[in-house]
Amino acid sequence: MNIALTIMIDGLTYASWLFIVALGLTLVFGVLKILNVAHGSFYALGAYAAASLVGWFASMQLAPELSLIAMLLAAVGVAVIVAPLCERGLLRIFYGRDEVLLVLVTYALFLILEDVTKIIWGVNPFYLSEPYALFGNVDIGKQSYVGYDFLLVIVAIVVGFIVWWGLNRTRIGKIVLAVIHSEEIAASMGVNVSRIYTLAFGTGIFLAALGGALTAPMISVQPGISVGVVILSFAVVIIGGLGSIPGAAIGALIVGIARSAAVHLMPVAELFSIYLVMAVVLMFRPEGLFQRSQARKI
Amino acid sequence: MTMTTSSSSSAAASQNAYFYPALLLGLGSIIALLLIGLVIPKWLLFLVTIAAANGLVSLGIVILMRSGVVSFGQGMVFALGGYAAALAYGKLGITDALVLSLGGGLVAVILSAPFAYLIARYRGIFFAMLSLSLSMVLYGILIKSESMGGSDGFNMGRPTLFGIRAADEWSSYLNYAVTITLSGLCTLATYIYFNSTRGLVSLAARDNEIRVEYLGSSVQELIATNYLLAAFMGGMGGALAVIALGHIEPNFSYWTTSGEFVFVSILAGHYSVIAVFIASTVLEIVRSFSSLYFPNTWQLVLGLFLLAVIRFLPRGIGSLWEKRVKKQQQGERA
Repeated sequence: MNIALTIMIDGLTYASWLFIVALGLTLVFGVLKILNVAHGSFYALGAYAAASLVGWFASMQLAPELSLIAMLLAAVGVAVIVAPLCERGLLRIFYGRDEVLLVLVTYALFLILEDVTKIIWGVNPFYLSEPYALFGNVDIGKQSYVGYDFLLVIVAIVVGFIVWWGLNRTRIGKIVLAVIHSEEIAASMGVNVSRIYTLAFGTGIFLAALGGALTAPMISVQPGISVGVVILSFAVVIIGGLGSIPGAAIGALIVGIARSAAVHLMPVAELFSIYLVMAVVLMFRPEGLFQRSQARKI
Repeated sequence: MTMTTSSSSSAAASQNAYFYPALLLGLGSIIALLLIGLVIPKWLLFLVTIAAANGLVSLGIVILMRSGVVSFGQGMVFALGGYAAALAYGKLGITDALVLSLGGGLVAVILSAPFAYLIARYRGIFFAMLSLSLSMVLYGILIKSESMGGSDGFNMGRPTLFGIRAADEWSSYLNYAVTITLSGLCTLATYIYFNSTRGLVSLAARDNEIRVEYLGSSVQELIATNYLLAAFMGGMGGALAVIALGHIEPNFSYWTTSGEFVFVSILAGHYSVIAVFIASTVLEIVRSFSSLYFPNTWQLVLGLFLLAVIRFLPRGIGSLWEKRVKKQQQGERA
């Protein structure tokens, strides 16, 4: 019983940050029809930016609680500075090409960003453990859990709700949905599609960077963190169905719980349990759990 | 579309018209390359060996590309072939380079066969993602397998050829010769396959799958076959790469490795088989020179290079000289 509870809680906290990152990936795919391989690099940029900003806040003798604000600012910074550069300066050139070719374009972007991060922050790891201790520990049964992990769960729920509300209950969100549905018709109705692209890409990147900033206190921020994250978020959105928000939530939960079950019950299977789940889902529901199948074009 | 089929079917009709020139050209180039290998410096010899071994994997992706799908998980067969060869060398004592590389190809085919029919049901991004997840499952298994060195992998010694162990200064030429001969023969076979009925039906499936189904061919079976052909070449490429490197590790199956293979295929385009090896050599040259001159930013250089290729050569290097493509482009313009 205890172990089941531990698996559930570990899985839930793991799923929460993964959901935030994967939500960004699925949003970008939904609107721009680009499977962004460089998504993990934006996660890494968010983590690095958070490490720098939190360090700077600490050196200014600010209250430790403010480090949460620093993390949020880091994500906003990445979204405002880097995302338009990539979308306006690079991706825009390749719109309308074959979707697999676009995957390769973002693969090139991934290679470039990987080295750019190394140039800016060097190769030595950063540790920022102060925010992780902010919320103390929570005892459930005999086990003790870090309070920060539960904060992540709450943040994930709030972020998911805001994105859902923004898409379904606001004017701009409805315009985005119209573009997702058919950009040609949206454009003919007077929607500035390229601005929606920039907005959606920026939001997606913000979510990736936010995931990176929030997890920065839990990991050592070093080169290579982007590579694993992007494959994890792929698994999440493939399981849930590309472009679906509830899908991303369920996918993240499945991946999180599959991983924590493997870690606790069969550590050998930690890495491939996730991909195994993804392969099995693809075999039975190729479009993902939350995706309506599309008509084939003749 | 009409231009492609008309010129392709005329090629199929006059089989001898392309067969013998291709055979002569192919065997001639293999012999020429074997002779050139005697005079070029050692670093270049190694570079070309690796480029040809990796090129074989990308040639497999090109076969798939011609039937309309792209695999982002060829690292899987690359690793299967590589591990098969390295294990056969270490545990079974098989040292012959030819047996090891052909065996690597066969093992890759056998182990990927259960997935062939399944994966052949998918298209586009789903084909890419399913193949990617299969390769990552293998990566996850390899990295945790203590008996095979885990994440460090393990080394293998030098191979022999027909029972002869080459002297030290000749060992890299031996690897070169085996790699060039095998990949040359595979290229030739692929060229013949592309111009065969099945090969041309693959191309038609790329254009319009449902039309091909209505004409009585099974696209799923077609893609499954092409997947297995690609697995054979990928496995052989993996075995040859391991023989040349003398070392294997789970990274062979990692998604970034697969990404590079796709990169080479896109750089080459699906119009020419020779272009694959040119593209693979170009990639190796860019990689070695940028890691020599920009040791900390070689990925950056590689990324920019890749973007430049996609931007300015969208149909790949092969489109520079293939008449069929030029005609098609003219047709599109008209």
